[in-house]
Amino acid sequence: MNSQYRARPDAVRALVQPDRVHRDLYISEELFELEREHFFVNTWNYVGHDSQLPQAGDFITAEIAGEPLIVVRHDDGSVRVLKNRCAHKGARVVSAPSGNTAKFFRCPYHAWAYKTDGSLLAIPLQNGYEGTAMRQCESGRGLVPVRHVRLYRGFIFVKLGDAGPDFESYFGDSLSSIDNMADRSPEGQLEIAGGCLRFMHRCNWKMFIENLNDTMHPMVVHESSAGTAKRMWAGKPADEPKPMAIEQFVPFVSDYKFFEDMGVRVYDNGHSFSGVHFSIHSKYSAVPQYDAAMKTAYGDERAAKILGLARHNTVYYPNLTIKGAIQAIRVARPIAADKTVVESWTFRLKGAPKELLERTCTYSRLINSPFSVVGHDDLHAYRAIQQGLHASGNEWVSLHRNYDPTEVDQKEITAIGTSELSMRNQYRAWARYMTLTM
Amino acid sequence: MAPDVLTAAEVTHQQLLDLVLGEARLLDEARYDEWNALFTEDGIYWVPLTPDQPEGLDHTSHLYEDKLLRDLRVQRLKSPRAFSQQPKSRSHHLLQTPSVERFEPTANRFVTRCQFHYTEAQNDEVNFFVGTVHHHLCVRDGVLRIALKRVDLLNSDAALPAVQLFI
Repeated sequence: MNSQYRARPDAVRALVQPDRVHRDLYISEELFELEREHFFVNTWNYVGHDSQLPQAGDFITAEIAGEPLIVVRHDDGSVRVLKNRCAHKGARVVSAPSGNTAKFFRCPYHAWAYKTDGSLLAIPLQNGYEGTAMRQCESGRGLVPVRHVRLYRGFIFVKLGDAGPDFESYFGDSLSSIDNMADRSPEGQLEIAGGCLRFMHRCNWKMFIENLNDTMHPMVVHESSAGTAKRMWAGKPADEPKPMAIEQFVPFVSDYKFFEDMGVRVYDNGHSFSGVHFSIHSKYSAVPQYDAAMKTAYGDERAAKILGLARHNTVYYPNLTIKGAIQAIRVARPIAADKTVVESWTFRLKGAPKELLERTCTYSRLINSPFSVVGHDDLHAYRAIQQGLHASGNEWVSLHRNYDPTEVDQKEITAIGTSELSMRNQYRAWARYMTLTM
Repeated sequence: MAPDVLTAAEVTHQQLLDLVLGEARLLDEARYDEWNALFTEDGIYWVPLTPDQPEGLDHTSHLYEDKLLRDLRVQRLKSPRAFSQQPKSRSHHLLQTPSVERFEPTANRFVTRCQFHYTEAQNDEVNFFVGTVHHHLCVRDGVLRIALKRVDLLNSDAALPAVQLFI
C-alpha cells in the first residue's frame, strides 16, 4: 500500500485547516494505523474506574492504541497498568474482562507467573535458563508496566508514551466536570454500577466524539423519537407527574435558541463541554431525600452549587465522555477506521438513595443501548457520513460555524452552544498529538 | 358466558402456545399496534443486559418498556423522519415449540419458555441473534395477555449492532 502520511508530519498537519478537516481523518486506514502508533500513545486515555478494583488482585482488561492492557490493584493498594503480553512468547496473559487473580498472574501457555506489579515471579524448570541471556533481556523483566498512570477521583487514565504533557497540564480545568460528578455523591465518591452497554458503531470514532458537543443535530436527528415523545405528552395536564422517560427524552428536541444559549466551553488539548449555563439535564425532578442528604453533607449553599451545575457532555479528549448530571459515561474504543465500540457505564453516587441509580440506568438504557430509538438515528447519521465521504468533488468537512481566527491560540474559550468550536478544537489537538512523535 | 370471554380456569396449553407463536407473527408482519395490544396495561417488554439479571430498573437493560415506551417505539416507526429506517428493516422470528413452565389457573399465572433465532435485515446487511424468551401470561378482561415478555440473548453482554425492530 502506498504510504501517504507515514513519516510525513506536514502532510498530516495539512489535513486540519483552522475551519475544516480533510475526509481522510475519518476514512483512511493508514491514518487509523498512525493514530494507534502516535495519537493514542501521546494522549491520556481512560481505562477504567478504581471502584472496579476494590480488593488486591482485582483486575480489568482494556485496550488502548490496539495494545492489550491489564489494570490491577497491587497488594500495596496502588493501581498498576501492565501490558497484557507474556514475557515469554507473547501470549495474552489474562483473557477475562474482569476478575480477581489473587497474588499473581499465571500465563495459561507455559505457566510463567508474575506479581501484580508485573515482575517475574516464577518459571517452571528455571534451571533451563541457566547460562542463557533470558534474565538480562526484556523477557526477564516480566510484564511491561505502563509508566504514566494517573487516578483522578477514581478515574484511571494512562498515557502509553513518554512524549506529551503531564496529566494536569493535559486536562487542566476540564477536570471540574469529573469533580462535579463525584461531588454529587454525599460522600464525594463514585462507584461503577448497573452494568456496561456495548454498542458496535460502524463508523470512525471521531464522528461519535464530535457529536457529543454537536448541538445542531438533536432537533433534527431525534425528531422521530424525542419529537414523538413530546407529541405523546402534549395536552397532558401540567400537574400530571411526568414519567422519567418523558423527562429524559423531550429536552432532546428543544429549539435552536435553547442549545445556543446553553453555551460551550473548550480547553486546550481537545477537551470541551456543552451546557455552560444549563443543559437538557437541568430540569429533572428533584429527589427530596437526596437533596436533604446533599445539604447535610455539604451545607445548603455548596449543595445548591453542586446540583446547579448541570453540564451536558464533557469530552475528555480523545476517548472519554461524561455526563456529570446523570452520572453516566461513554468510552470510545476504536477498532478500525470504520469501526468503533461505544461502551456506556453508569455510577452509583455513594450515600445517595437508590432512585439516583435508577435514573442513571434508565437514561443509559433509553439513550445508549443498541436498542435505543435515539441511538439508532445518531448511528444512521454517522454511517451516512462514513459512506458519503467517499464521494469525490469535495474532500473537506466543514466546521466553519462561528469560526473566529483569534480562537486558534487560546487555551480556554466560552462560546455560544451552537458553535462548531469544540470540533475545531478537537482537530487542532489531533494534529498536534498525531505529529508530536513523527 | 359469551364464547369470546375467557377465564383463567379455561386456559389451555394450546392457547398459550398460540399466543406466543401469534405474537411473533404480528411482529414479522409489522403489525405493531396489534402486537402492542397483546400486553396488559402494566405489561413489560424486557431485554436484560446480563444473563440471569434479576432486576430491570436498578441495573441497565437493553430494553425495559412499559406501554408508554412501546407506544413511542411503535409511533416512531410510522414517522417519515425515522431516518434509520430508510429503507425499512424486516424481522424474522424462528421459534422452537414453546414449553409451558408454569400453569397456575387459580393464580391466573402462566409462563412459557421458547428458544428463538431472530434475524433482522436492512438493505444488504443481516444480523442474527439467538436466545430464550419467557412469556408471563394472564387473563385480563376476558383475554389472554402478556404481563411480561423477557428476552435473554445468548450474547446480551457483547458489543451488539443496532437492533431496530422487536426481538
